[in-house]
Formats: sequence, structure tokens, C-alpha cells
Amino acid sequence: MAAKSAAPSKTVPDVPIDYRTIDRVAGPLLFVRDVANAAYGEIVEIALPNGERRQGQVLDSRKGLAIVQVFGPTMGINVEQTSVKFLGEVATLAVSDELLGRVFNGLGEPRDGGPKIVSETRLEIVGNAMNPYSRQEPSEFIQTGISTIDVNNTLVRGQKLPIFSAAGLPHNQVAAQIVRQAKLRDSSEGFAVVFAAMGITSEEANFFLREFESTGALERAVVFLNLSSDPSMERVVTPRMALTAAEYLAYEKDLHVLVVLTDMTSYCEALREVSAARDEVPGRRGYPGYLYTDLATIYERAGKIHGRKGSITQLPILTMPADDVTHPIPDLTGYITEGQVYVSRELQRKGVYPPIDVLPSLSRLMSLGIGKGRTREDHRGVSDQLFAAYATGKDQRALSAIVGEEALSATDRIYLRAADRYEKEFVNQRPDEDRTIDQSLALAWDILSDFPDSELKRIRPEFIAQFRVHPPVGGT
Amino acid sequence: MAGVIARVTGPVVIAEGLTDAKMYDVVRVGSLGLVGEIIRLVGGTATVQVYEDTTGIRPGDPVENTGQALSVELGPGLLKSIYDGVQRPLDVIQKAAGDFITRGAVAAPLDPKAKWEFTATAKVGSEVTAGTILGTVQETPIVLHKIMVPPGMRGTLKELKSGTYTVHDPIGSVTTAGGAVPLSLAQKWVVRVPRPVTQKLPPEIPLVTGQRVIDSFFPVAKGGTAAIPGPFGSGKTVTQQQLAKWADSDIVVYVGCGERGNEMTEVLATFPSLQDPKSKRPLMERTILIANTSNMPVAAREASVYTGITIAEYYRDMGYDVALMADSTSRWAEAMREISGRLEEMPGEEGYPAYLGRRVAEFYERAGRVVTLSPEGRMGSVSVIGAVSPPGGDTSEPVSQNTLRVTRVFWALDASLASRRHFPSINWLQSYSLYGNDLAPWYTKELSPEFVHLRQRALETLQKEAELQEIVQLVGVDALPEREKATLDVARMLREDFLQQSAYDEVDTYTSIQKQLRMLRTILAFGDREQEAIAKGSTVAALQRLPVRTKLSRMKWIPEAEMKTQFDQLDLEMTQAVAATAPGGS
Repeated sequence: MAAKSAAPSKTVPDVPIDYRTIDRVAGPLLFVRDVANAAYGEIVEIALPNGERRQGQVLDSRKGLAIVQVFGPTMGINVEQTSVKFLGEVATLAVSDELLGRVFNGLGEPRDGGPKIVSETRLEIVGNAMNPYSRQEPSEFIQTGISTIDVNNTLVRGQKLPIFSAAGLPHNQVAAQIVRQAKLRDSSEGFAVVFAAMGITSEEANFFLREFESTGALERAVVFLNLSSDPSMERVVTPRMALTAAEYLAYEKDLHVLVVLTDMTSYCEALREVSAARDEVPGRRGYPGYLYTDLATIYERAGKIHGRKGSITQLPILTMPADDVTHPIPDLTGYITEGQVYVSRELQRKGVYPPIDVLPSLSRLMSLGIGKGRTREDHRGVSDQLFAAYATGKDQRALSAIVGEEALSATDRIYLRAADRYEKEFVNQRPDEDRTIDQSLALAWDILSDFPDSELKRIRPEFIAQFRVHPPVGGT
Repeated sequence: MAGVIARVTGPVVIAEGLTDAKMYDVVRVGSLGLVGEIIRLVGGTATVQVYEDTTGIRPGDPVENTGQALSVELGPGLLKSIYDGVQRPLDVIQKAAGDFITRGAVAAPLDPKAKWEFTATAKVGSEVTAGTILGTVQETPIVLHKIMVPPGMRGTLKELKSGTYTVHDPIGSVTTAGGAVPLSLAQKWVVRVPRPVTQKLPPEIPLVTGQRVIDSFFPVAKGGTAAIPGPFGSGKTVTQQQLAKWADSDIVVYVGCGERGNEMTEVLATFPSLQDPKSKRPLMERTILIANTSNMPVAAREASVYTGITIAEYYRDMGYDVALMADSTSRWAEAMREISGRLEEMPGEEGYPAYLGRRVAEFYERAGRVVTLSPEGRMGSVSVIGAVSPPGGDTSEPVSQNTLRVTRVFWALDASLASRRHFPSINWLQSYSLYGNDLAPWYTKELSPEFVHLRQRALETLQKEAELQEIVQLVGVDALPEREKATLDVARMLREDFLQQSAYDEVDTYTSIQKQLRMLRTILAFGDREQEAIAKGSTVAALQRLPVRTKLSRMKWIPEAEMKTQFDQLDLEMTQAVAATAPGGS
């Protein structure tokens, strides 16, 4: 009982047909009529009247109509002479060893004047989901040399740990410092950096490139650049290009790959642009209802696989509009990623670098990477105690602003002082200061030793006895 | 009956020519045979939600109707499995297709080759009805799988033999009004239809979880429902996993619905090495995992909670207490929203479909302590604990509100507690349990008559603390009278020494309800002694310096085995030390 009128061919035509049947151009979308049977997700080539060629992708396919999203501007596209060719394949990236040291644009085309990557292996950029059964639990501690991360929000290999930042904060410096200093203790395994820029300024891009160059990381890096002046539609593809390259390096070439994605906010805005052009029912703040699922298909590509040597660790950066953590982008990101590192304006104003506010920060995989044999047996207790002491100290600070320090109890005053010491001595460090985990823990113990044993409830008594460096302030 | 595709947009496909299609029939889409389900019918045009990625599917591709609704296969071999949202075993798929899930993968939910030792217990010639136990299979060392007559069947047992069978081998047959019907170890059930029960029972027994804030303050009953809403990072998943580990249910179904892949890995990695406190066997032997992570197809995420609860109901029907954890129901609701958006349905609140509230209520209604459909009136229960992930932690949004309307326990996770690493970050002022009164007789009988009273006093102390804190914010703690400072002191002990519990500490991770009673009693007794000492002229500052307080703050690390002696000793020491602080005291 198949509809007789349709009489569709079930295969792709051998020679792609040029369709000159554009019906409508709306925002980044082309509506192409009389198309026999475009595949969902198929890549199309658009030939403009001036001979220029652009790429696009099928977002909606029905009998006789295909809606195509153009990667790039729609300027110059007209209804009469522009032709559309359906290529019968989905978006792919050519991969080989040659990727390392190269700079591409957001669509994976060379941007550094070098040759195209020629390879037998072309990987689909929309990867299949990793089978949860194949995943290996991340557990290798990565020392970043930044105390607030190493002690309080430990990063492990295969984790996705975003940096939540906002306009005017030094998230790029923090990310660069992590890339520069990140290492496993006693390890000489191969590593690589994949850097994907989406809608960042050329100044920011140059900062990262110079940074990679000066540390020699560039030759171990694959860079995908989509600057704020580049077509926003390319951004929808850029992170997937980058992660496809990363997966190749990690799972085929046994490298440990650190992927930096910046700025995820620009990516989400591009997605919103497409959604609005399609007249979709919007979710929160105009972002599409599938934003969570879409972000998940990016972030979940971090991880480790049983039986394969490489790994993918993700460090996405996003700028929170108006410092608002409940905005859909940071909110949905936080629900997918394994924690977050929170860059704080308050600490920045106090002149603390890196201005990482540990209280809203979190590393969900921390417990897997720390403890005896990995970092040190007292690590968990010390970290929890620092969190509790700092939170209480900050409360006391707010209180003493109202009632005066004299109205605080003796114990509360120790908390107040500890919060100050924590910010000045522990959080604060130089951009080139690479602290080992032992140095960071020693700093922590110097602050915690101000407290009497009875206040150190999070640390096991035997560790207090072992690691306390001086008697508590004020005796007892 | 075959049809052809007319339109593809994301996970939604519109097919023409499926004239005999029924709502919720399962269809196979395209040459890869992707699994889908019919969710709308207009004449011969069917709208299909596809459980796999539709990239590459085009108009004109074939659609095959299987004529059957989405169902799960139930039988021995479910335990220890890890399934995706439509009950495909992920371990089998990995062996067949590699580390990434390829599309159109087909794998039998229950291993068709595995042999099970079946012991027949029903007598040939006897009358059997739905739920009659035919015999048993030792599925894992701790779970005896009872093979039951499927719902809807009634007749005389014609034939039944013990022996070694695969799940599909005939084990016997029943003579029904419609002729002889063969029996096997496995049966099928449609996921969207609750398995029938004889009667629902009131909740009377708590689900003991070993988590102090839950068992002592906000308990959930066996067969009850609980919601855990909280912003990201507030500890929803850790709480869910703690319950999956330590709850005293016979079976645990853990549904990872649209959440992180690494979390499922963690369960897979840790559960086999953790021991069930009751049976001392690996936890995995009583656990079933449904993993439809956030990057897996969204329609299968929608189905995953139904798959999970149907399996839970099946074990309930055997007479077991089952606990189902759904993490997170918000992702399930979002999947509904996504599909609804693709169908261009008129949206309700925040873009969610208008039927969101009904679906949420229907799902939680499948929980309960019941008399199962069985000749002897077996009792079993399904408890449902659903995590909710409200955007920005604001529970005024539709998913939280619709959930709170139907669940009876609310564990409010609090970001400010989480940020100071007070875990579990369940806010003691906002949370509630409506099972308190239903369970009070059990606590009184099984534990101690004083327990309900202690619990009430502890909650009152914490409430009082919140009021005093408001005054402290204005005038400072020094301006309070000593009696009230002592109240603050006890409240702080309750918070830090009782409510805080580390999931990562090997002793602290589980506290028996007996030990919870001792801890609560000791802290409140300390408060009483403190007030007495103050009445005699002692000060809180002096009391805070007592060395015995360090011991009190370490109560949580007292091993269960040494509980009685250590607590008796502590109570004695404490009483003496406090009394000694009063000027001229004893």
C-alpha cells in the first residue's frame, strides 16, 4: 500500500544532481523544492552565481522539499542562479598524523596556508555515542600546578571540566596555564592539544597561539579557528571537527589529548540562530529545547575506553552572560560536565590570581583521582576541611561587617583569619608558578593548623597527628 | 505492513502507507532497520519517534511495522545486566559492534543461549492463574527468580518439568479455555502499561538506606515515592547512588536517564566490589542498570524510565521489595519536550507538552506496596526515587512542580550546603517526608519508642537555630544569652556530627538505624547536660573547650561492631566532663 504517487528511488543517484530550485532563503536556511530524497544530515554543496562554493547540511527532509543549513553567510545566494548539489554523504574530516601542528578553519579547511590533509581515513564528525559499557573510569590525577584545582577540584584524565567565566575575567590565562602545566606525576606518555575556537576575537586567538608557540605545544596541537568575524554557522560544526580529530589522536594514535573549546557561549548562540530561523518552539531564553542533548553530544565525547591507551580530557570555556550561572548555557553545561571551575569577579577585584572561587567549583571525579597511592591519603579530608573552613570564614566576614569583629567568638575569629589566609596564600599564585601537589597540601596544612583538633572534623585524627605543622592558634 | 518515509527531521520520521498501524506500534525504519515507535496517526500517515540517530535516512526509505507495542523481555538473566533505554544489552552490543554504538544494532535482551537450572514447584494438574509460581531459578546467589504464570492466563497445568533450559525453551504448558498454551522461563510485557496488581497497600515499613538524614529525618517507605530536586553539583547523583548501594531492598533498578556516561561506568566499576550489608554479596548481584546517557538518542531516553519500571514491577510480582532510582526525570521530561516540539504540538509551560503532568503522575503511580496478582496474595513493593534537575536550581519550574505534586518525600538539595561540602546537602528546613506518621509505629516497635520523639526534638532544635541565626546576623553571637548559645551549639553538632555523612568514607558511608539512634540520643543528651551546666553557671565557651567534644565529633567513625561499648563509654565521659565545667560542680 505504498503511496503510488511517490514512487521514490531508494538509492542515491550516482551522479549528484544540481538543483536550481531554491524556493526561499531565510536566515541561514535554504528551502530547496522538488528534491527527490535528500538524506537527513546529508552534506550539500552550494554554487553561487559568482562561482563561489559553500557547504551546507540537510536539517529537514520531506518529499519534494529539503531545508538546508548553510555553513557560512547567505550573502550572494539568490533564488534564480544558485544551484545546490546533494553529495550523498554526511560531514567528515580527513585524519592522519599530519593533523598535528596545523591550523584549520571552523570547517576543517587549512587556514595556515599549508596543504589539505590527504588521507584514506575520513571520519564522520557526528560520532556515534560511546557505549557506556566500554568506558573506563577516569582515575589518573592530572597535576595542573594550580592549588585550587589540584587540592579542591582535582582534574583527572578523561574528565570534562569546564571553566565558568564571564566577560573581563582571565579565563584564557587560567586555561593557558593549565595547558602549559598539566602533567601526570612521573609520566612521559605522548600528549596532544586540540584547540577549537568558536567566535572568539583574533586577539584571544593570538594569545593562545603565541602561548602554544612559546611553550612548544603548537607542534603537538591541532587548532580549529572560527573567529568572531568568521561565519557564525561554521561554529555549529567546529567543536565536532575538533573532537573528531581528538578521537583519532586518542584512540588510533594512543595520545592523551587535552581539548580546549572556547567559547561555548558563541556556539550556543549559533545554534539558537539556526533554531530561530526554523521557527522552532523555543525553550528557555530562545535557545532550542534540544540544547541539552546537543551539548551532551559534544561534552560526552570526553573519556577513556577500556583497552585503548589514549584519552580525551575536555576543558571547555564559557562566558556566563551577566555573570548569571542560571543562564541556560552554564546551567545545562553544569548538568552534563563533571564539575566546573568557577572564575570569580570578586576575587579578581581583590587582585587574586587565579581568581578561582572554590565554593561553587566542583570536580565530580575528584574522589577517583585522589587519596593514597594517587595523591596523598589525607587529600580528601584536607580538601573538605578547607571548603568548610573557607565557607564559614566568609560567613564570619559578612557578619563582622555588621556587628564588628569583637562580637565574634574566639573560634569564629580563627575562621575569619583562615578565610583571608586561604585567599592570599593558597588561592593566589603567580601565572608561572607550578606547584606540586605536595607543595599545595603543605600550604593547606599551614592554614588548617591554626585550628584546634576539635574543629578539624573532616580529617581523620591520625592524619591530623601526622600532618599538623604547628599547634593551634591561642593554645588548647 | 510496509510504508515509506515522507519526511525526516531529527528523531521524528513521518511515514505514509502504514494503514494498519496502531498507536505505539514498534516500527523498523530505513534499510538499517532503526527501531521506532508510532506516536501519532492521521489516516495512513504515521509519525514515528526513532530510538536511534536518523542521519542518512531519506524520504522514500521503507518503514516496516512489527504490529507490536514496545515491550521488554522478562526472565532470568536480567540481573547484573546493563541495558540501553529500549532494553538492548550494552555489553552484547559492545562485543558485536565495538566501543561506539552503531545504528540498527539488534541484540536479544536475555541471552538466548544461557542455560538456567529450573526447579518446578507447581503440581501438574493443578489450577493455575496469573502470578502462580511455577518454579524457581537461582538467578544470582542472592536472588531466587520465581517463574510465574503471565498475567491474563488461567487454566490447568498440563505439563511442567524441572531441568536445564534456555529462556525460550518450552518448560511445560497450560490448558486454557482457548487450548494449550506453552510456557517458558521468559515472558514479555508492554512497557507503557503497568503490570496489574490485586490491591495497593498503605506504606508501613521504611526503606532503610543507612543515610542518617534520610532514615532519621525524612524517611521513605517501601513502595513510596521520593523526589530529589537540586541544581547541578548539589549531590543528586551521589545520593541516588548511595541509595542504590545501601537501601535494604531486594532488587535495585538504576535508570541513568540522559545523564553522564562516566556515572554509569562508576556504578559498573564499583558495584561488583561493594558488599550488600545484609547478604555480604556483591551489590551487582541484585542490580539492573538502564543506561541511556545524554548523548544517546533522545527518544530512547523517553522510553528508558518505562523500561526500568516494568522490570521493577516484574520483580515486585515475585514478592520482592524493589527500589528504582531514576536519574534524572528532568531529562526524561526534556526528551518529551523535544519530541513534542518536533511534532509541532502546542506547548504548555516552558515549552513542555501539555501532558507532562499526566505522564509524571502516571509514572510515579506505578510505585507502591501491593498484593500482587497471585493465588496466595504475595506482597511486594516498588519504591521510586526520582532525581529532578531544575534549571538554575529553581524548583518553580514545571517538572519539579509536577513531581512534587505526586511524590510524598521531598529531599531538597541545597547548593549553599554543597558549596561548603555539607553532604548529603539535603536541606533540613525545606525537606519533608509525609511518611513520618505512617512509619512511626514501625520505628517504635522495631527500634525504640523514644526514636520518634528524638527525631522531633532534633528537628525543633534546627528550626530554633534558624530563628536564632537571624538575630545573630543583627547583633552578633555574643549578645545572646548562654542558654541560646547552647542551643546553637547543639544544632551545630546535629548538623556537623550527625547530618553530614561522607559517601567516600568506608565507615561513614553506611550507618545502621541502631547507630543512628545512639548518635541522635548522645547529641541531644549532650545538649541537655549543657543546659544543666549553664543553669549552674557554666559557659558555652568553656563547654566548647572540653576534650570530649573531639570524641563526640568522631562518633560517625565508631564501627558498628563496637557500637554499644563505645557509645556507653562516651555517654558516661560526656556527662562527667560537662558537669565538671560548672563552678563548684560535682
